[in-house]
Amino acid sequence: MSNLALLFDTPALALQLVVDGVLVGAIFALVAYGMALVWGVTNVINVAQGELVMLGGYVVYYLDRYGVSPVFGLPFAAVALYIVGWILYRLAVFRVVNGDLFTSLLATFGLSILLQQLMNQIFGADIRSVQADLGSFFLAGGLVTVAKVKLLAFAMALAVGAGLVLFLKRSRLGQAIRATSQNARAARILGVDTHRVYAATFALNAAICGAAGGLVAMTWIIHPYLGLTYTVRSFMIIVVAGLGNIGTVLASGCGLGVAENAAGFILGTEYETAFVFALLVAILVGRNLVLARQRRYLK
Amino acid sequence: MLYGALAVLALAATWLVPALTTQMTFLWLMILFALTWDILGGQMGYNSFGNVLFFGVGMYVCAVVQRDSGLSYYAALASGMGLAAVVSVALAALLGPAILGLRGHYFAIATLGLGVAAGDLAAAWEYIGAGSGLVPPPFPGAVGAREHFFYYLTLALLAATFCTLRWLYSRRFGLAINAIRDDEDKAEAMGIRTTRYKTVAWCVAALFLGLAGGPIGSVAGFIDPRELAFAGSTFGVWMVLMAMLGGKGTLWGPVIGASIFYVTQEAFWTYLLGWQRVAMGVLIVLIVLFFPTGILGWLRQRRARTQASAAAPALQGGAP
Repeated sequence: MSNLALLFDTPALALQLVVDGVLVGAIFALVAYGMALVWGVTNVINVAQGELVMLGGYVVYYLDRYGVSPVFGLPFAAVALYIVGWILYRLAVFRVVNGDLFTSLLATFGLSILLQQLMNQIFGADIRSVQADLGSFFLAGGLVTVAKVKLLAFAMALAVGAGLVLFLKRSRLGQAIRATSQNARAARILGVDTHRVYAATFALNAAICGAAGGLVAMTWIIHPYLGLTYTVRSFMIIVVAGLGNIGTVLASGCGLGVAENAAGFILGTEYETAFVFALLVAILVGRNLVLARQRRYLK
Repeated sequence: MLYGALAVLALAATWLVPALTTQMTFLWLMILFALTWDILGGQMGYNSFGNVLFFGVGMYVCAVVQRDSGLSYYAALASGMGLAAVVSVALAALLGPAILGLRGHYFAIATLGLGVAAGDLAAAWEYIGAGSGLVPPPFPGAVGAREHFFYYLTLALLAATFCTLRWLYSRRFGLAINAIRDDEDKAEAMGIRTTRYKTVAWCVAALFLGLAGGPIGSVAGFIDPRELAFAGSTFGVWMVLMAMLGGKGTLWGPVIGASIFYVTQEAFWTYLLGWQRVAMGVLIVLIVLFFPTGILGWLRQRRARTQASAAAPALQGGAP
């Protein structure tokens, strides 16, 4: 707990944590928005979300090893993951669309275990990361460091998110996706091929995760077992922000990033993942208490 | 008759197939997992991914008592298991009212978070060995006696679990939790104290899981926080699948499902070098996608269909 006092004594350190948290939070928000999209359209909570992030990270990592700069690797990761997402949908996910939520939860959990083990078998359990070597900015007289690569990742996450929103608003497919999410039956009557829309949504989400995974590989580390934390973070963000509104999603993503960084600093980094999962439980229970209180007022 | 035959088989198994004693111990553990998961998942409709929490807590409590109590081996094991049961049940009673207030997938994901958080905490806490785990004290008896001792201990625990659940399901308790599964709001409106029943059901699961933790830690000989004690992506998911494969919400379904699942898993481990975990993932997806009703559920559907088709001509013939 002495770290907590340290945080109050040196505001620059606190600022550092906040800056890092906000920058990394944009990536969380991106993954969460993809999950919200799939959840809203197909009524599937994709537990394999984090594994898609992990796969995207591996694509960028291997491209980097063969000389493709990670910045240009991102589109490749997105395209590769779009294909992976499409295949996953055609093989398994389409069977649980609009079905019992628990079945889809368990099925995607199975997929996530499968992908984890497959990657572990192919690439090994080593921790990897892409070195971007971009240097850092120094603020507040050198007390606060902002790694340029994190800033870049933040900007790219925002750009991908903005592109996604534009796509959903303007393009034909995007409109079909939104129509299906509002009312699948009506969309079908109006001639939308909903099965194709479901597949496209899942694949699109995978592509977003792929890009996010590339950003994770650039700013952080990847290994076969990192998936579940990203899934849980996305779920938390959605629970707090609700489905759909990208502004709120971004805000809660950044909030989560800051909270996580602060917790990692105060409690020690070895407790950081435990904090994420404990926070999940706390948020769910807290949400339930709030809802219960609202119900009481209604009576 | 059936029970007698099974009991004789189980008791004689160490003599019939001595090479498989440890595997058989784990088979009993798997059946215990599936049975205790089914209390909530099958009978009460609360699909938990985090029941492994109580197993891990029990394992660690027992191992710490064995390490620090200074008692003789058996006394330490017994008091460790006792304390493990108390701690697990207390934890379930404490968490129950909050966590069990969640419904559907919120409950499932919250319990998933609980299990993983516990594993991460155990892997970070120095007092219980952090990431390098704990080693329970060595068994004092002769070589081979350890396996036999824990085989019978686990078997006894399983028998106790099965009989307790059979008794509970035949009482008002079974009816109440079934009512909660079918329609919780209606059950509450009918005057069933749902929160109390739900918490008690979780406590029963926690009791047996906590008790089982201690002996299994000693069987394995090494307690790894994420791979053995809080193994969410293996034991935690397997519990669900085994109950599902056999048939959720039945007494024998989890037993059958766990047996088939565990034998398949052991076959994978023996014959698929390196790829066994991948094959396991494929199997999990296949079971969920193509066999969600389970073996007993499938048999029941089939019986209903044959009865319906047998009844149909009779009805036609009977009509004037």
